[in-house]
Order: sequence, then structure tokens, then C-alpha cells
Amino acid sequence: MTSLSRAQACLGAIRERQASLKEPVLLMEVCGTHTMAIARHALKQLLPRELSLVSGPGCPVCVTHQRDLEQALALARQKGVLLATYGDMLRVPGYASSLQEEKARGASVRVVTSAMEALELARNNGAQKTVFLGIGFETTAPATAAALLRAREEKISNFFVHSLHKRVPPVLRFLASQKDIPLRGFLLPGHVATILGEAPFAFLGEEYSLASVIAGFEREEILLGIAALLGQILRKEFRVQNVYPQSVRSGGNPEARKLMDEVFRPARALWRGLGELDDSGLVLGEAYEAFDASFLVPPLSEELEEEHVQARNLCRCGDILLGRLAPRECPLFGSSCTPVHPLGPCMVSGEGSCAAAWRYEKTFKGAN
Amino acid sequence: MCLAVPHRIIRLLGPGEALAEVRGVRRHIRTECLPSVEEGDTVLVHAGFAIEKVLPRQEEELASLWEEIYALSEGNPS
Repeated sequence: MTSLSRAQACLGAIRERQASLKEPVLLMEVCGTHTMAIARHALKQLLPRELSLVSGPGCPVCVTHQRDLEQALALARQKGVLLATYGDMLRVPGYASSLQEEKARGASVRVVTSAMEALELARNNGAQKTVFLGIGFETTAPATAAALLRAREEKISNFFVHSLHKRVPPVLRFLASQKDIPLRGFLLPGHVATILGEAPFAFLGEEYSLASVIAGFEREEILLGIAALLGQILRKEFRVQNVYPQSVRSGGNPEARKLMDEVFRPARALWRGLGELDDSGLVLGEAYEAFDASFLVPPLSEELEEEHVQARNLCRCGDILLGRLAPRECPLFGSSCTPVHPLGPCMVSGEGSCAAAWRYEKTFKGAN
Repeated sequence: MCLAVPHRIIRLLGPGEALAEVRGVRRHIRTECLPSVEEGDTVLVHAGFAIEKVLPRQEEELASLWEEIYALSEGNPS
């Protein structure tokens, strides 16, 4: 079987199962890489009309709260601080600037592709405090943990982490309990599951009767995941199903989790559009407090807090992350907010819902 | 951001470090999250770290699921 014929078989099965269900079904994916793959292959357009697939809070840059971003900008402006960040964060607009603009104005902002690179910067810049901006879900947090472990072993005293890492299961619980979002199942993020395995998602079926399938990122793997989700809904058998076994073991990656557990502890965290969620963030544990950059972060002014409230009213990223609004339904989409001049993080990030819709669905609109 | 790309391990370089190759490009990666990695393994690399071994497609693991899919799609060609 070729990839195309597998995909076609899955589409056939999806149509058959959706027809048997005789009711509209809403599914959500919560992984930016899924968002992009679904848009690239125009999969939403191929699904039956009664089957909706929405993008949830699966892009770490997009879910980073404006207040946290503002703190990162304040950190970058601090004298004697070198801020190391993944490139995804560079262009996200704050109230007055972005990290890219701060860099242009002379701030020490460096893009790294790995937490270990940030540690290397600290080793080579002894006079500066190197702060690594820890963004990402459980896929990414173990890398930050490994760098911190090394920093502690080597007694590197000018390396700090501003941890904005987030955990996926608590946000899924939040979404599952939203009565106004009639979700029936989740396409689970393949590479978060690579680390966590199946067990942390079991509550979705057990407590909320929601379907859940761990899926890969190829066209036919995503469609297979959707077909499997519909199968669970039809049979009313809700369990975590892994259709990405080549990269996800049932028990996940225990070594990576050990690193995370050693360095971090769960804590309340702010999510854009969702507010503060219990245990949904990862902060540095007691043994690593000396590496916590929190003490370097200046408090935000009340005026700035108020400005954020007003700014959020314009950008609808929060509603888009909850699946309440499609990117195209945001009044800013495509007019004042484009990838060249993004006003919100869902358009900035290469894997944000708005960027995906702009890049791939725009051509469909034009063609119609 | 959780993008992970399969790399082949060329050589283990020391504690926590390996030389890996993807599409003809060689780079150093970290192996702290996957200490059991061996030369010749294909691993998923995310943010410079190997996070899991990629096993060859396990057709038999998903065989019954695919059987269901084909059976359903036969009556519903796309």
C-alpha cells in the first residue's frame, strides 16, 4: 500500500464511521506540528461536513501569556543579562517591543537551538548572567533539565533559567471540563506522548468519556488517528490508543521523565486565553533554586497590566486556542495581522493556528 | 515546536554526546534523555536531544486497526 492509498482508505473509513454516528462530532488536536501538517495536507477540507477538527493550545509560543512575554522582554533589557531563547519567541509582539526589537536596540538576546547551547553561552560569557528562556511542553522540558543538571555538576554560577515550561495533561483536563466546548475526543500530541507514554492521558476516557489517540505526523498517520477516534466514539470504548508505535512506547521515556522530575516541580501557570491552571507549569525545584531567574525579573507596572487587558481584546488568540473561534473569524486576521506583521502569537509562531490558516487555507479561499 | 526529526547515530562521542546524521548533514546531539542509544540506531531528535529510538514500522501492531479501516473503506471509496 502506498501512503496515498492508505490515506484514501482512512478517509473512506472516516466517512463511513461519521455517517454511522448520525451526529456532529468535534475533535481537537493539541500539537503545533499536527496543526501545520493538517493545514499543509488540507485535511480539514477533506473531512465530512459533520466532523470538525479544531486546533487547541498545542503551540508553546502561542500559549505563553502576555505577562510572561513582558517579563522576558524586561529581562532582556536588564544590564548584564544575556537572554538565550529558541527562535520561535523572537518576533512575538509585546506591548512596546519584541525580543527581536530589543536585540536591535542593543539588548543581549541570542537565539539557540538547544538548552545546551545556552549553557555554552554562559561558560563563554562569564561576566554576564545568561538566562535561558524555557519554553515548551514535556517534549522540550527534559532538555532544559539536562542543561541545569550539567550546570549544577559544573558549578556554573552565571546560568539561569526562566521556566515557562508547561504540562499538557492539565490543560487537556481543563478543556475536557469546559461545558461550552462539545469535544468528543483528542488527537494526542505524538512527541509529548513520546516522553509521557499513555498513562497520563487515561483520565480523558475514564473520567470524561472522551476518545483519545496518540498519532504521528504523516498524512495517513493523522487520518488513521481520526478514524480510530471515531471508532472509539462509535463503540463507546474510551481508552488511550497508540497509532504511532514506532516512536511512542506505552510507558514513554522514563529517563527523560527522571530528568524532569529531578529538576522541576509542577506549579500553577498562566496560559494565554485560558488563565491560571493548577499544576500546569514546571518551575525549578528546591535543589535548583539557585538557577531560577525569577529574582532577576522586575515586577510589571499596573499600567502595563492594564494595557495587556486592552491588547487582548483585539487579538483573539485566546478564543482560537480554545477552539471557540477559527483563525479566519478573528477581525484582525489577514488585515492588520499577517505573518509579516503579526499582532498575536498564533500568527507569529510558524506552527500557530493563524499562521497555518494564512499559509495554507488562503489559497483555498482564493480558489473558491 | 515539538517537531522531532529522525537522525541516525554515527558515533557515540562520550557521556551524553553523539554524532548523528540527517539527510547527509552531521551534527552533535545530546543523549542524556536516551542513555541506551547505540551506534546505528535511528533516534528522534528534538531541540538537540535524542528523545526516543525510532523502531521500524510495526505493521503487525496496527494490523487489526488497518484491517478495520480497509474493510470500512471498501464500501466507501474516496
